[in-house]
Amino acid sequence: MIELEGLTKRYGEKLAVDHLTFTVRPGIVTGFLGPNGAGKSTTMRMMLDLDNPTSGSVRIDGRHYRSLRDPLKVVGALLEAKAWHGGRSAHNHLLCLAQSNGIPRTRVREVLDTVGLTSVAKKRTKGFSLGMGQRLGIAAALLGDPEILMFDEPVNGLDPEGIHWIRNLMKNLAAQGRTVFVSSHLMSEMALTAEHLVVIGQGRLLADTSMAAFIAENSRSYVRMRSPDHERLRDVLSGAGITARPASDGSLEVDDEDAPHLGELAARHRITLHELSPQRASLEEAFMQLTAESVEYHAHDGRPPEEVPPGAPAAPPGGRPGWGADWRKKGA
Amino acid sequence: MAVVTQVLQSEWTKIKSVRSTVWTLGLAVVVTVALGALISALSKNEFDKLSTREKLTFDPTFTSFAGMGLGQLAMIVFGVLVVSNEYSTGMIRTSLAAVPQRGTFLFSKITIAALLAFVVSMITSFVAFFVGQAMLGDLKAALGDPGVLRAVIGGGLYMTLITVFSMGVATMLRSPMLSLGILMPFFFLISAILGNVSATKKVGQYLPDQAGQKVMQVVTFDDDAPYGPWGGFAIMAVWVIAALICAYVLLKRRDA
Repeated sequence: MIELEGLTKRYGEKLAVDHLTFTVRPGIVTGFLGPNGAGKSTTMRMMLDLDNPTSGSVRIDGRHYRSLRDPLKVVGALLEAKAWHGGRSAHNHLLCLAQSNGIPRTRVREVLDTVGLTSVAKKRTKGFSLGMGQRLGIAAALLGDPEILMFDEPVNGLDPEGIHWIRNLMKNLAAQGRTVFVSSHLMSEMALTAEHLVVIGQGRLLADTSMAAFIAENSRSYVRMRSPDHERLRDVLSGAGITARPASDGSLEVDDEDAPHLGELAARHRITLHELSPQRASLEEAFMQLTAESVEYHAHDGRPPEEVPPGAPAAPPGGRPGWGADWRKKGA
Repeated sequence: MAVVTQVLQSEWTKIKSVRSTVWTLGLAVVVTVALGALISALSKNEFDKLSTREKLTFDPTFTSFAGMGLGQLAMIVFGVLVVSNEYSTGMIRTSLAAVPQRGTFLFSKITIAALLAFVVSMITSFVAFFVGQAMLGDLKAALGDPGVLRAVIGGGLYMTLITVFSMGVATMLRSPMLSLGILMPFFFLISAILGNVSATKKVGQYLPDQAGQKVMQVVTFDDDAPYGPWGGFAIMAVWVIAALICAYVLLKRRDA
């Protein structure tokens, strides 16, 4: 179990991590999600006592990391890729880590085998690909057979087979009752592995919830209807007490009704439908909505900003709405 | 607390598993011995051309150590790389996650590197002495002569302390290029200039290498330094201790 309490890191004027308080529990994979620059890596470095917090504290099973004897037997961490000397072989890299924590030499061979690097164990790590580097980092994390595992962006640079492997590894580790804490900036990746979710943006806690609750709360579902007889459809719907929202492409969007019911209603009034489709916003969109206000580095799609006439709606018809625009509309 | 013997063992594995260790230490031995032999041979041939005063103050022991000025640069590179490789490769974060007690980490690393440097320096010093004396022929000193054994052991200790000082500086500066960029010209040029120009000699003789080299000299007849061989060595040791204290305080407080 990892407990953060009011964890804060300030670099000069900038608050990189802003009073984070949450608990990472054993037996499940906890996803740590946030856009680039949200403070995920800084938080993880503070958990390992590499960076000193400006204020607040981290407790590992109730103890401070620096007071752990043989910390690799308690916490295994994959930090950024290639945090080792390229001139040392994979075997020697793991051996020096094992020795520093009194881990038997045989364990080095075991973890090399687990991550599939046995054949290159004696080679210098300088020539390792990104994927092999990630595997070596994971081998180092597993070395002490720790109860707590932390992975910072573990799927970076892995091929599809490698991604599949790490997903299963994390799930298995959690199923063994271990605490697994994994950061990512990809919601879709988290949706496949994490049971619990901690979302941060600009260093602040935005959500600390189970994945199921996050999906239920954040993925808006609605039914899209399209008819050549647009006006009559609207009248029929409002006559039945159903609020329909005209979308920019000429269709209607209806919340809180199921598609069969709407189809039957249209049939009773002999209205031709060209489209009747249940829609569900993706988790990626939900994540973007949650973090829209806190994205550190805004990207633009390369087009020059369009001239918006005064009084016109912010999103030009036919144009792609900006990040989170869809969701502000929902709130309106 | 991390067990010190475990961390020492780990640091020994680290130091022997990178090639730069063999290269730098090997270079230090070869350069010191070869250059010492060359200068000794030249000194023997040129001895007749020296003035009486120069003949009287001729120090055969110190002459055989003439290669140390260049050889110490290889030891400096060794000391700097042992520490700053951790920073330039990102290994420091892995290392400190494994050994979060930073004092234990730093002093284990320095102990192992210093022990290795000590063994290599002592071998270098004795080999340089014997090869140099062989080249000097009639002019040679013997190990049993007054002050000679002290000077030869002192040569080994001097190179060891130069290495430890470099490790302290590298821990403070972290970057290998910055550390070498400051240490190499300082010990190769600046210190020698400050120590030999009369205006700055008063200050220059208290610099770590100027003071420390006193212990390697046997004939100090012509000398006006206000300290003896071991006094000079103690001044150097104070420099090294100061560097290590600064290194420890910075490492303790800094983000990795």
